[in-house]
Amino acid sequence: MIRVENLSKTYRLGTVSVEALRGVSFHIAPGEFVAVIGPSGSGKSTLLHLLGCLDVPTGGTYHLDGSEVSRLRPDDLARIRNRKVGFVFQSYNLLPRLTAVENVELPLLYRGVRPAARYARACECLERVGLGNRLHHLPSQLSGGEQQRVAIARALAGDPAVILADEPTGNLDSRSGGEIMDLFAELHAAGRTLLVVTHDMAVARRAQRLLRIQDGSLVGDERVA
Amino acid sequence: MDLLASVKVALGGILANKLRSFLTMLGVTIGVAAVIGLVAIGQGTQNRIRAQIESLGSYLLTVNIRGRGAQTALSYQEARDLTADLEEAVATAPVVSGSVTVKYGTREYDTSLVGTDHNLAEVRNMGVDRGRFLAPLDVAYWQNVAVLGQTVVSELFGFTNPVGEEVKINGHTFLVVGVLSPQGSSMMGSGDDQVIVPATTAQRLVGSRGVRTVYVKGRDPAAVDTLMAAIGERLTTRFRDADAFRIFSQTQMLETVTQVTGTMTMMLAAIAAISLLVGGIGIMNIMLVSVTERTREIGIRKALGARKRDILVQFLIESAVLSGLGGIAGIVVGLVLARAAGGVIGISAAIPVTTVLLAFLFSAGVGIFFGMYPANRAANLDPIQALRFE
Repeated sequence: MIRVENLSKTYRLGTVSVEALRGVSFHIAPGEFVAVIGPSGSGKSTLLHLLGCLDVPTGGTYHLDGSEVSRLRPDDLARIRNRKVGFVFQSYNLLPRLTAVENVELPLLYRGVRPAARYARACECLERVGLGNRLHHLPSQLSGGEQQRVAIARALAGDPAVILADEPTGNLDSRSGGEIMDLFAELHAAGRTLLVVTHDMAVARRAQRLLRIQDGSLVGDERVA
Repeated sequence: MDLLASVKVALGGILANKLRSFLTMLGVTIGVAAVIGLVAIGQGTQNRIRAQIESLGSYLLTVNIRGRGAQTALSYQEARDLTADLEEAVATAPVVSGSVTVKYGTREYDTSLVGTDHNLAEVRNMGVDRGRFLAPLDVAYWQNVAVLGQTVVSELFGFTNPVGEEVKINGHTFLVVGVLSPQGSSMMGSGDDQVIVPATTAQRLVGSRGVRTVYVKGRDPAAVDTLMAAIGERLTTRFRDADAFRIFSQTQMLETVTQVTGTMTMMLAAIAAISLLVGGIGIMNIMLVSVTERTREIGIRKALGARKRDILVQFLIESAVLSGLGGIAGIVVGLVLARAAGGVIGISAAIPVTTVLLAFLFSAGVGIFFGMYPANRAANLDPIQALRFE
């Protein structure tokens, strides 16, 4: 599903160049539930951006769902993000003026799906995350946990190859956070490929497999018992 | 993403900030209203002046004689002979003019004297309200008869019927045979403030200076040019000097006036267009603010798969809708203002459909033009930077 070889990313800040990732290689098979952990500044966010096709690497190759995506142009990257990737962010990143169902429709909107089909799929996804009764609420009318679930529904809507989550429980209390992780576990059980970036071991332990990142390098790849 | 969805997204953006959107639109509205209003008033003025000129008589030629040396005028018969054998001339009215004092009872009034013949009525589209106009015999027999303009009548007679009364013109007794219908005033002076008498009589009255103006009515538009050439040739032979006379055609006058008022209208519109430009800059300004404020939204949309084009189109539609709606409001306001202002200064504002269409397209164009830069800026945002933006 994901095959990364010697992936590196160097940022240039004026005359100084910062090596955020120094040659990371790993494979993720379809249906895996992987947690990426590491201290802040370790390069895990950079890795997530590269995996999510929000950015392009300076070195190495990245195959997502069978195709090489590390050298694509911005509009092709947008297409990949739209079809192959579902994002879940720490701060939910819902559009505040749109209702839950409209937010979930967004990836389908940019894919050019017809309105009726879009709406039906969005409702289905919201029901899947247990928000069938909150379709027309604005994000501001929902609790943090509910907002994150809308975000997960949005990630699911496009039926992506992989769901990438960046500290999905970071803004939630432990109970809501636990519910979100339960939901991830359910999605995993249903065969979804998931990758969660976190620094919270409690969250990481819910995954199948742990990738440890430190100073831009992969320092550990272990199965979770 | 399809266009309908883009429009919906753009409208959402506009409605999110109603007051701001309204104020932005107001800038365009004022610009468009100013353009439409001024063009409408300019056109109205032009139409009115044209109508006035046309009311002077159709296919009219005015020959002004300045003469050469001691010969400063034509005799009545010479003026008549000028076009006698030209079949393009439907009617020819020589005019002897001067200033006279008209006296009725104890009342006196100074006015202009027009000495002419029966043809003037046809050439200048004059009608009589009461009585009759001059007859050929009046001229032939040097009759002391007069046709009075409306102003002269009201000054001397008040509400009395003047027809059949006798007035003194420069001390000579004249019989009033008719009253002109109201002529209105034009660029040629008031048509109501005059006394019309037979040309022969007038020459005697003002000291025989002769005919210095001849009005000729052509048969059709083509005849006007032929007549101008023929009369010009004859007068050149007569005075042996091409500068001894001037011939104006109504068409020429119309062209000149149309040109002058057209230039005036264009100038007004250009000044008004400056405010439209300012409105456009207002749109650009607010769109830039909006792009900055919505950086995060743009980041989210990009993360979810919006392409550059999707974001560009979203913001362009937003600014085009802002300026387009502002433009429509401006057209309405402009029309209302033009009507109102036209009512106050007494012209009927004319609104050409093409101007309205142009104004609308121009305002939408202003939105797209001034929206281009902010939209491009939004479309080119780096999704990661945009997502981090607080």
